[in-house]
Amino acid sequence: MLPKLVEVDGLRKSFGPVEVLKGVSLTARQGDVLALIGGSGSGKSTLLRCLNLLEMPNGGRLVVNGEEVAIRHDRHNRPMLADRRQLARIRSGVGMVFQSFNLWPHLTVLQNVMEAPIHVMGEKRAEATEHAMSLLERVGLTEKRDVYPGFLSGGQQQRVAIARALAIRPRLLLFDEPTSALDPELVGEVLKVIRGLADEGRTMILVTHEMRFARDVASHVCFLRGGVIEEEGPPRELFSNPQTAACRQFIGTHLAH
Amino acid sequence: MGGILGFGPNGWGPALLSGALVTIEITIGAFICGLVIGTLTAAARLSRVPPLVVLARGYTTICRAIPELLLILVLYYLGSQLLNEALHAIGLGDAPISGFATAIIVLGLVQGAYASEIIRGAILAIPYGQIEAAHAFGHARILLFRRIILPTMLPMAIGGLSNLWMVLIKDSALISVVGYSELLYTAKQAAGYTQRYFLFYVVAAAVYYAMTLVSNIGIRSIEGRFGRWMPVRAR
Repeated sequence: MLPKLVEVDGLRKSFGPVEVLKGVSLTARQGDVLALIGGSGSGKSTLLRCLNLLEMPNGGRLVVNGEEVAIRHDRHNRPMLADRRQLARIRSGVGMVFQSFNLWPHLTVLQNVMEAPIHVMGEKRAEATEHAMSLLERVGLTEKRDVYPGFLSGGQQQRVAIARALAIRPRLLLFDEPTSALDPELVGEVLKVIRGLADEGRTMILVTHEMRFARDVASHVCFLRGGVIEEEGPPRELFSNPQTAACRQFIGTHLAH
Repeated sequence: MGGILGFGPNGWGPALLSGALVTIEITIGAFICGLVIGTLTAAARLSRVPPLVVLARGYTTICRAIPELLLILVLYYLGSQLLNEALHAIGLGDAPISGFATAIIVLGLVQGAYASEIIRGAILAIPYGQIEAAHAFGHARILLFRRIILPTMLPMAIGGLSNLWMVLIKDSALISVVGYSELLYTAKQAAGYTQRYFLFYVVAAAVYYAMTLVSNIGIRSIEGRFGRWMPVRAR
């Protein structure tokens, strides 16, 4: 068995009085591609964001890249890290790609990709440049290296964002609806890059509305509803033979078009 | 007429020139001082640490509520009195309070109060996703502020800050009330000595005007630099 990179057990997250995650459990082993699907408000993005601590879970167990996240509560009962240094360690092993790209607009494409390796991880500039250029080549944007993000199409920006996530040499990649902000004709170029990453055996967890893509690329699919994983399984089973009515209906409407 | 404005033995040229230089020095000094204070105050107000927020809000409120002229008088006279009393108490003599330092500190304090609001607004205008991405890639605190927040908020702050700079050039004249020889004070002295009031005040006005003109060119070139990464450039 390959090692577990992510272990989530009974994870809970509330925003004020609203409980968004009501005890979620999942496991990702090295090389797994997990797809999180579900309607809006089902908690799938929140779950993803808990994995690199952009959201601090209120309770439950969370292990990322083999490191258990230790959470304590302050006097207002707000969750926080017991050891702040854990934040940097966890995040340095997790690359994240956002729905709205979130590139840094004042840095060129190449600078965006090199930013974290040089300024956060202390890589040497020459080394970081070489690595960044090879990543830009891989996403097909070598000739855009000196362009600022504001002058790129959405698909190009998202491919830069993927290169930026790869630049920190992450053990785990998170994608938060990576194609939802794109024009339909630009979706393909981004999916192609993500598919390539899956093919080379990278561990990835993605929140997506692209059901066909999830079916073809994921090794495991989780259907979330109302803050719990209502149904999960290998994509072929889950998509062809959903067990619950809600899952059946969700897949029906999303695979139809 | 060329004689009294010139650089000859009876000319006020050298004095006016050094007055103009002092005005420029005070303006630059107070502006930098104001930027530093303003940035720190904006950071304090956005820190969500209650005592820092209260302190920053109190400072901006007071410094924007009191006339600068009054602040200069209070800080210069009261400040020097308090400082000297403190020095006497530990057995030392009078401290020389420099008009130049007072000018920079007082104007810088006032500038800082206004600048902090401009900078705070510009920081709040940064799309949050960019800051969140920086969090996700491990930027924390000072690195986040220096590498991401500061450069991305600048284009949004530049308009307000250049306004402040323009106002500051002229506000530096306020320091003449404590007898410091900047441009206006020198012009007033020259006018009184030669009885040529109109001439010297017009010359002083022309010099202030020239300073703002040059500033405009500088500001435009700074704004142009942001066009490199802002797809819609404001020309």
